[in-house]
Amino acid sequence: MKDDFDDIKHILRQAPAPKIDPAAKKAAISLALAEFEKNNPQVAQGSAKPNRLKITANNAGLSFFGRRFMKTYQVAFIGAFCAFFVLWAFVPVQTLTGGQSLGESKDVFLAGNDQKKMAADQPQQEIVTATKEETKNGPAAVAPALAEKIQAETDKLARNEILAKTEASTASLADGKGVQAPASAPPVAPAKPAAPAEVLGETRALARVDGIGLKAKAAPSPSLAAEPMPGRLQAAPMPSEGEAIEQYHDQGRDKFKDTPPNPLKLAKDEPVSTFSIDVDTASYSFVRGSLNQNVLPQKNAVRVEELVNYFPYDYETPSSKDEPFKANVAVFPTPWNKDTQLLRIGIKGYQLESSAKPRANLVFLIDTSGSMNEPNKLPLVQNALKMLLDTLGADDSVAIVTYAGNAGVALPPTKVKDKSKISAVIDNLGAAGSTAGAEGIRQAYQLAEQNLDSKGINRVILATDGDFNVGITDTNELKSYIERERKTGVSLSVLGFGMGNYNDELMQTLAQNGNGNAAYIDTINEARKALVEEAGSTLFTIAKDVKIQVEFNPAQVAEYRLIGYETRLLNKEDFNNDKVDAGDIGSGHTVTALYEITPVASKAKLVDDLRYAEKPAETGNKNQELAFVKIRYKLPDSDTSKLITTPVNSDQAFKTLDATPEEARFASAVAAFGQALRGDAYLKDFNYEQIISLAESAKGADKFGYRAEFVNLVRLAKNAPALPPLR
Amino acid sequence: MIAFNKWPNRLSSGNEQPIDSEAQWLKLAQGGDRVAFQNLLELHYDTIYQVAYRYKGHSEDAEDIAQEVCLGLAAKIRTFRGEAKFKTWLYTIIVNACLDCQRKRARQHEQLSTYQEFAEFDRETGRDKSQQVAWLYRALAQLPEPFKETAFLVLAEDLSHAEVGKILGCAEATVSWRMHEVRKQLKALMEDSHEG
Repeated sequence: MKDDFDDIKHILRQAPAPKIDPAAKKAAISLALAEFEKNNPQVAQGSAKPNRLKITANNAGLSFFGRRFMKTYQVAFIGAFCAFFVLWAFVPVQTLTGGQSLGESKDVFLAGNDQKKMAADQPQQEIVTATKEETKNGPAAVAPALAEKIQAETDKLARNEILAKTEASTASLADGKGVQAPASAPPVAPAKPAAPAEVLGETRALARVDGIGLKAKAAPSPSLAAEPMPGRLQAAPMPSEGEAIEQYHDQGRDKFKDTPPNPLKLAKDEPVSTFSIDVDTASYSFVRGSLNQNVLPQKNAVRVEELVNYFPYDYETPSSKDEPFKANVAVFPTPWNKDTQLLRIGIKGYQLESSAKPRANLVFLIDTSGSMNEPNKLPLVQNALKMLLDTLGADDSVAIVTYAGNAGVALPPTKVKDKSKISAVIDNLGAAGSTAGAEGIRQAYQLAEQNLDSKGINRVILATDGDFNVGITDTNELKSYIERERKTGVSLSVLGFGMGNYNDELMQTLAQNGNGNAAYIDTINEARKALVEEAGSTLFTIAKDVKIQVEFNPAQVAEYRLIGYETRLLNKEDFNNDKVDAGDIGSGHTVTALYEITPVASKAKLVDDLRYAEKPAETGNKNQELAFVKIRYKLPDSDTSKLITTPVNSDQAFKTLDATPEEARFASAVAAFGQALRGDAYLKDFNYEQIISLAESAKGADKFGYRAEFVNLVRLAKNAPALPPLR
Repeated sequence: MIAFNKWPNRLSSGNEQPIDSEAQWLKLAQGGDRVAFQNLLELHYDTIYQVAYRYKGHSEDAEDIAQEVCLGLAAKIRTFRGEAKFKTWLYTIIVNACLDCQRKRARQHEQLSTYQEFAEFDRETGRDKSQQVAWLYRALAQLPEPFKETAFLVLAEDLSHAEVGKILGCAEATVSWRMHEVRKQLKALMEDSHEG
């Protein structure tokens, strides 16, 4: 066909055909073959059809990788490759973490031959490429690709040397850096390609050892999976050789839900206030992490109730687990406004005896994506989980699911008495690749349900920065999934890590809708607090769907305002509806809620009396009551709620701040700090200095130094800038 | 170890079509034969990769797309009805994979098409020629969506307007009209680059 483009066609035809990477070709074909077999299962299993071209002999030569035929040298190499996996399994993870995120960004910057050259110089870069091989098709699909890869390496590697190493596949190993194996040999090295995580491990081992820029891409969509986020690109310049490798760090991508403070309500118009309890403490540790870097946290990161609830308070506890808690109510003058009062409702959950603790079936779901490759993320996760492991009983069981570009089971359910095995798997985690968080969540729930212990605790513990970027990343979609899973009896604990790309909104959504709690781990100390000190509260639920409803008496209270709990508000009809979900409370948890109330006679009223309103009728002998507090809860194994009620009398109010108990004063100092950080208008002129002196006066015994630390944070906040400089 | 026997030798020669033909492989692959499917892939992988490379200008992307296409074929091969030529059908799948890749990318960071390989070829003999080719490819890569794939198929793959129409599922006249538009846009681009 003749058209006017002949000149252009002529020019284009001068270009040679693009060169094809044989390794990529082999990888693609073997992947497709694996997929093909999946689509034609009956055929793959070898039923005899006359017209099919099928080899029926040679079955003895079938490799364990599936339907491939092994030649002698292939077998030799599979042996070598297993040996290298063993080598890899003994090397501590730290030796891997060096240049990974660098490798990732370079992957994008370089193209063609340059990349291969660079890759040869930088063996560690291969780790990133290797993660592309994690694939939905599981080991069956990865393995052939690996086999191909090994085969392609035939010419490049000194075969004899490898075989020699195979024979000497003992603990003393010949890693390039000469790292010695830890004394407790991690028994996770069986080279059978059964569990996906092991295959991942093998992949990595191979990548580490060969150090040659061979590209075997096997992920269904590796371009998407391996691509760093755009933000990461700008700040990861290609370093010249020998230059110190600087780790890229996300900045300013923390994501929080927008929460305006609760408005002031008129007791006359809306006498009833309802909310769900919130035992999370994530916000406090995030604020602390931020202030310790000399930056004010963004306003939405500050949830006042989580700040207040971070501290243990010495509340009166109930005596039996049938009535899991008591309401501790106190009324005292507001520190920042002499004409109003604070109403504190404090709850302390019943403390389970350690002998009475039910068996725990835990699934650790660990984010091992590239973004977790920072000192304050994966290494902290590893230490935190090992701490938690120490608090568990020998009969409890632990499984580990990891996710990066895809998700896989790293450790099937294992009893805690095999502690060395579990901690070896934790030690060997490395971070690279993208984040298929939803898939990880799905697999973790599946594993927990498989192993469901109807009398025990079934809990998924998710450790992540929340920066999901593969699969379902929409918060609402995850929410509806989690809501459905809740009915199966599996609860969720979310441990947040890292700053710069922390997705708090997602974490809160998961925790609030999955019968869960959320903590944010900024330091190893916080890990100890959340997972050792308060392991009971984190793991063992003593009451679920705990709701609080307060009815104010308009004859005594003119205006009121709930401090914090913005994300936990309920409708007043939800209180008596047992189908409506609310927060859970764990063994020994303390929860504190504060209302700022304005008495009828006070001159601090913000809303004027109505000129045309009728005078309120007398309400009889209940007149002395300020409010009536109702708490609804369900015992963990029950679906019908119970009710606890307490009237609040005006004559039980403390007249001065000095007479107020320490616990209440300290809670009010923390609440003031939270509101100051948020810049709330109700705080008037109360400043950081006054918060410090109020907190100092109410420190109490402070066994773990949490309150002293709080005072230091307020000092830091005085001078911290609101925006960090770009690093 | 046991030696690998080549399958064609074991076949009785009763069929009309030659055993090694594409059509035969296709039939067998649709029936679920693994070896035949593998042969098909080996035969067509180069085409798939090259089409993808010309379209994307990036060996990384092209490899990804080629892999996606191979994977897709595993599932789709049964649905091929033989209404069109296999190659035409294959082109449709490749173009769709390229477009999908583009859409996924749009969300993330768009890579610049470098056409590194074209820019580097033949450096000794003449830099001009290679630059010309690379420029043309980059210019084509800048075209908006329906025009881009049309132009690539017509120009780089040297297919007729009718074939391209079948691949893209539109009329031959539409292809011709698009090419007319492509000419205008290319001209504008050329003038731009001369001025700049």
